[in-house]
Amino acid sequence: MKVVGQARRRVDARAKVTGQTRFADDVVLPRMLYGKLLRSAHPHALIVEIAASAARAAPGVHLVLTGADFPTAYGIMPVSQDEHALCRGKVRYVGDPVAAVIAASEREAADALALIRVTYEPLATIASPEEALRTAEPRIQDYGEGPNLHRLAHFAFGDVEPALAGADQVFEDVFFYQGSTHLSLEQHATVAALDADGRLTLWSSTQTPHYLHRELARALDMPAHHIRVIATPNGGGFGGKSDPFNHEIVAAKAALVTGRPVKITLTREEVFYAHRGRHPVLMRLKTGVRQDGTIVAMDLETLLDGGAYGSYGPASTLYTGQLQTVTYHVPRYRFRACRAFTNKPPCGPKRGHGTPQPRFAQEVQLDKIAVALGRDPADLRLQQLAPANSVTANWLTIGSMGLKPCIERVVQGSAWRERRGQLPFGRGLGMACSSYLCGAGLPIYWNEMPHSGVQLQLDRSGRVTVFCGATEIGQGSDDVLAAIIAEVLGLETTDIKLVTGDTDLTPVDLGSYSSRVTLMMGNAAIQAAERAKAILSASAGQKLGLPAERVAFADRRVFDVENPSAGMAFQEAVVAAEVEHGTLGTTGSYRPPRSAARYRGGGVGPSVAYSYTAAVVEVEVDPATGWVRVSKVWIGHDIGRVINPVLARGQVEGGVYMGLGEALMEEQAFRRLPPRLSSALVHKIPSMLEYKSPTALEMPEVVTYFIEDPDPSGPFGAKEVGQGPLLPIAPAVANAVFDAVGVRVDQVPITPDLVLAALGAKAKGKSGRVGPEAFPAVPWPEALVVPPPWEGGNGKAINEPAKSRDALPTHHSGTAGVKV
Amino acid sequence: MSPRRDARKARIALTVNGEERDVVFAGYKTLLEVLREDLGLTGTKHGCELGECGACAVLVDGQPVLSCLLLAVECAGADVTTVEGLARGPALSLLQAAFADKGAAQCGYCTPGILVTAQALLERKAHPTRAEIAEALSGNLCRCTGYLQIFEAVEEAARAEPHAQGPAAGRPHVRTEAGA
Repeated sequence: MKVVGQARRRVDARAKVTGQTRFADDVVLPRMLYGKLLRSAHPHALIVEIAASAARAAPGVHLVLTGADFPTAYGIMPVSQDEHALCRGKVRYVGDPVAAVIAASEREAADALALIRVTYEPLATIASPEEALRTAEPRIQDYGEGPNLHRLAHFAFGDVEPALAGADQVFEDVFFYQGSTHLSLEQHATVAALDADGRLTLWSSTQTPHYLHRELARALDMPAHHIRVIATPNGGGFGGKSDPFNHEIVAAKAALVTGRPVKITLTREEVFYAHRGRHPVLMRLKTGVRQDGTIVAMDLETLLDGGAYGSYGPASTLYTGQLQTVTYHVPRYRFRACRAFTNKPPCGPKRGHGTPQPRFAQEVQLDKIAVALGRDPADLRLQQLAPANSVTANWLTIGSMGLKPCIERVVQGSAWRERRGQLPFGRGLGMACSSYLCGAGLPIYWNEMPHSGVQLQLDRSGRVTVFCGATEIGQGSDDVLAAIIAEVLGLETTDIKLVTGDTDLTPVDLGSYSSRVTLMMGNAAIQAAERAKAILSASAGQKLGLPAERVAFADRRVFDVENPSAGMAFQEAVVAAEVEHGTLGTTGSYRPPRSAARYRGGGVGPSVAYSYTAAVVEVEVDPATGWVRVSKVWIGHDIGRVINPVLARGQVEGGVYMGLGEALMEEQAFRRLPPRLSSALVHKIPSMLEYKSPTALEMPEVVTYFIEDPDPSGPFGAKEVGQGPLLPIAPAVANAVFDAVGVRVDQVPITPDLVLAALGAKAKGKSGRVGPEAFPAVPWPEALVVPPPWEGGNGKAINEPAKSRDALPTHHSGTAGVKV
Repeated sequence: MSPRRDARKARIALTVNGEERDVVFAGYKTLLEVLREDLGLTGTKHGCELGECGACAVLVDGQPVLSCLLLAVECAGADVTTVEGLARGPALSLLQAAFADKGAAQCGYCTPGILVTAQALLERKAHPTRAEIAEALSGNLCRCTGYLQIFEAVEEAARAEPHAQGPAAGRPHVRTEAGA
């Protein structure tokens, strides 16, 4: 292949290195006004009164909005429409917005905010899921599956109890994975304006322009086709710009009311409140194994700290267990999950969405199992990989599965066999593996339409213009799109004109989330390009006196594959086709195949393909200070096919980096103020200085191996690379710390104080383990019983009401009589 | 219209990317705000407004400075270089070209601040070690790349740049990619 697999300068590189990329905050329009949001200083309170007359009269102020202006609730998930752009009657976390000022300048808007008097009646607050379980009143939300419990799930994929009872050994551990935030360098920004026809345009730093489009229409009570959403290139996303946000809806409303463009840019502190980051998750994992460490059954409980709103929570909840079966063969599996409401900024999707937490639990526990049974952790994994082309206990369909070569490469690269357990005290190696989706099998709202669409326009100038709703968040989706079209049509990526992420101009793409873009957009692009190629082949073939099958495309030429000198320039082929057919355009679209999982909740987890990753991490632990330094990382990733090796490696290294941050330092942590300061629950560290993230000085050397075993479902065989490589990093670090100094830290971040505590305990003859001690009692519902394929199941629950849905429960107008 | 409170405007003359500029602005504004809002140079970014992330870095008299912490009124007579001043006409500088080729810019948001900071490093030290590059860039956060491709791009530019020639005419510290 001439383009796919070749190292190239990405198509948007020039704009990025010259400062010409236009991010949302760079959008400046004539007569533009600026908005600022007044945020609650109370974590939980009733709003008694908002006195805004002084603010309305302040210099430069054009408009003051409150919750009264936003009667309609919205939210990313149809089952959790629990947000209002500005709070109505109640605030639920410090930072919840209660009013907005729109003024001639940002400074005047900020000054006027200080003139708004809000009278609150404080309520008791809930700081943790454990508190939520104990506290029935007051309720943070008036819906859920229990007082202050958002979601509860219980699945039995086979009966684990007899399997555990019959196991040679059962290992049980409690783990905690702290929450963290995306910390994109770009603060969220949005500009709303009425165009010359009176319709609304919103430029925004969003990863999901299509979902934002829908929610704007809902929240503003406007027809969607009168709204245009333009996703500006995101200055980093990582999941943090995937929800529809209150500031976007406020800016849109303000533009509609004032008739002028309105910009709202969040401050860094406000970005910490917008959040939607990694859920803190407490986990109890019980695994039964045979004497050689082969898993016979796994029993997982997860407790998620959801924050104050739903966000993606229903999906996040299920992701804390659903992908556990895709890496290793698990014959029987019980999974119970609970998401609690707390008075904190809402959690949502962050790179790996719900799966890094249970991955940490399983990979650390496997390391413990290997040590207890005297097995090499690499062999313990290799002996029980989930097979390629198989269906898991919870009915996920695995296609290609390249984890074995991933493990082999990192074992070899790191000299694992020679060095693990052999390094001097204070140095160690740790291993972990993982798997991830290549796109969620179902959309956020129930529908049977394509997940991604691509349109091509071919012009007599020889220009190919590609229209696609996909959203460039830095991951390189524009380059992938150009590369795929260029490969099929024999062009260079620089020949392709791209129009992306614009709901007026482009066919839908659901967004940059769940590592779906390369696979879904790529397949749609191939279809559109192949259709164009067929048209051009026929016309060019006629001119060349050849059957269309003999016409080939490469090097900007269209030619006889058996006699390459006989041919024409690509542009001449377009002209020939335009003479024959008139103006030229083609379309392509992609919808993933239906999943084998037919039980309620089975909509979360299925993907047309899964990527696999193995990592070995080397650490140096200073036993005097507890400081952990990561000196080197070896990582193998089963990517199917590399589209652009420069970008693919960047995704791996970026994932390693972010995983190291979560492993060692990043915490979205909260504290209660003392009673004399209202006992409010506040963010500990809403600044980039205090929210510790790795700098250039902390980044270790990373050796990346790509395993290219093309998956038949992916474009040219490609699978994802954006999220998977983060997953093994935190558990590999924890396992390396054990190899280095012989203590177990069963939680992240693994901070020096925890390492010291574990070393101190061990020195006193105790276990040398620190981490959570207990998992609270949760009112689990009755299990949904789904027999695994090898126990005669058919993908459905045997105790599910006949009419229940086969996907995530969603509200779905117009799809009555959904197939079961 | 209601009366504007910020009636007192400041006025300074400074050099921006080699051009003399005379600019009138609200006196409370930082250099970052004046560059973006009053001079239309939006290549330099807001990341935190507190000097924590490095996204707003520009060169003032050749030194990397966090423009969000510097009041514009302090910049009278200064020589300021932003990302827009790195390319020569249509040609990318060697450092820009290396960033483009090596994957050093993913989302591109931290890139302007890192480019000017690395440019200052290369002027100070033609062939920095990996450790010196990491030290010089340790005040610039990047959430996408994991920094390694940024290090490689700086090293690539250092290899390509015949620094021994020293400052020439015009914008001395910027050389462009061959043939561009």
